[in-house]
Amino acid sequence: MDRLIRIEGVSHRYGDREVLSDLDLSLAQDRIGIIGANGSGKSTLARLLNGLVVPSTGRVLVDGMDTSRDGAGVRRKVAFVFSDPDAQIVMPTVAEDVAFSLRRHGLGKQEVADRVRDVLARFGLGGHADHPAHLLSSGQKQLLALASVLVTEPEVLVCDEPTTLLDLRNSRQVAGLLEGLAQRVVLVTHDLELLRGWQRVLVIDEGRVVADGPPEQSIGYYEELMGAGRPC
Amino acid sequence: MLTSTYQRGTSLLHRSGAGAKLLGLLVFSTVLVAWQSPVKVLVGFVLVAGLYGLGGFGVRTLVGQVWPLRWFVLFLLPFQWWTAGWQAAVTVVGTLVVAVVAAALVSLTTRVTDLLDVIARLLEPARAIGVDPERVALLLALTIRAVPVIAATLQEARDARRARGLERSTSALVTPIVVRTIRHADRVGEALAARGVDD
Repeated sequence: MDRLIRIEGVSHRYGDREVLSDLDLSLAQDRIGIIGANGSGKSTLARLLNGLVVPSTGRVLVDGMDTSRDGAGVRRKVAFVFSDPDAQIVMPTVAEDVAFSLRRHGLGKQEVADRVRDVLARFGLGGHADHPAHLLSSGQKQLLALASVLVTEPEVLVCDEPTTLLDLRNSRQVAGLLEGLAQRVVLVTHDLELLRGWQRVLVIDEGRVVADGPPEQSIGYYEELMGAGRPC
Repeated sequence: MLTSTYQRGTSLLHRSGAGAKLLGLLVFSTVLVAWQSPVKVLVGFVLVAGLYGLGGFGVRTLVGQVWPLRWFVLFLLPFQWWTAGWQAAVTVVGTLVVAVVAAALVSLTTRVTDLLDVIARLLEPARAIGVDPERVALLLALTIRAVPVIAATLQEARDARRARGLERSTSALVTPIVVRTIRHADRVGEALAARGVDD
């Protein structure tokens, strides 16, 4: 199976503003980080990967599927987690939100219940299954958001700043969890510590990839870039 | 009734189907409204209290369902007494309280998704006129889910207004709530798309 994500000649505009310019990338590593200043285009790049954003020009291929033509197929393979779990949790209780992801998978009630129980146990939320989701802590909500997308067993997980709203302990818990996943993970973050030990880090600046390499190299470049006093 | 107050349990009520419970609630409420007398209110309350016991709930849970109605009762009871006499007051207010407590019992023993499934099934015939039952059920779920989010937004907007010394400013309260609610709706839409809801 070709697990490669290819970004070919991609540019993207919001109105007159070009947020991504002429990107050509192949994403084959299991742990890929994306960093950049606010407004640099990194979140848009992440959204391209599961078809939430379709490029103005060029194409994005996931396992050979074009995100603009087969968005549904792409989203079955590529899950997405946002920074604000409150916007992502749809159902009133914890177990119901996880089960919601499986509604269209044609599974029997018992199988859904089993998978929900398993994933909640794995994410340390087993004791909260019937609790109202809004009463969870921020860290637990983010874990629930992760559990809710991972229960469908996607091949790739894209996370857009999943630790931004978390304290250090919760941030580390989510980071540890991401590290241990079997899925390929593409992580957009401002938390550079999260990316130590990852395989590849891209630095985005003004819609272009300005550095692409191992974390030490890319993070060093990024820190130098930000240290130059340019407005973010 | 459609709030996330479900409490896990194994009682007969927990194990009963959501459709049967909704039908029972409908019949009970209809009888309650049709048979107007203070005795009926008492009988209805005793019956519902017994069902709370059957569901494994104590007096505290029962009182917890009545407590949010206290201001409503305190206002309506004397008003009804004054305009229509004590029997009418007890009947009208009692009927409302017993009906709410009965509805809360359904909510306490039934998962919201099970209730939404029933609603979706009931709406199935409406598919012929272009209504998507699944979408209506999802809409209800999102509405329920939005309540605590908007309540938190309201609290934060209040705090922010106070912090800026603008306690009396309506726009300092309403504007951020409207903006943040719209932004939240936008994010929820994006999250639903990411979870393949429209696929």
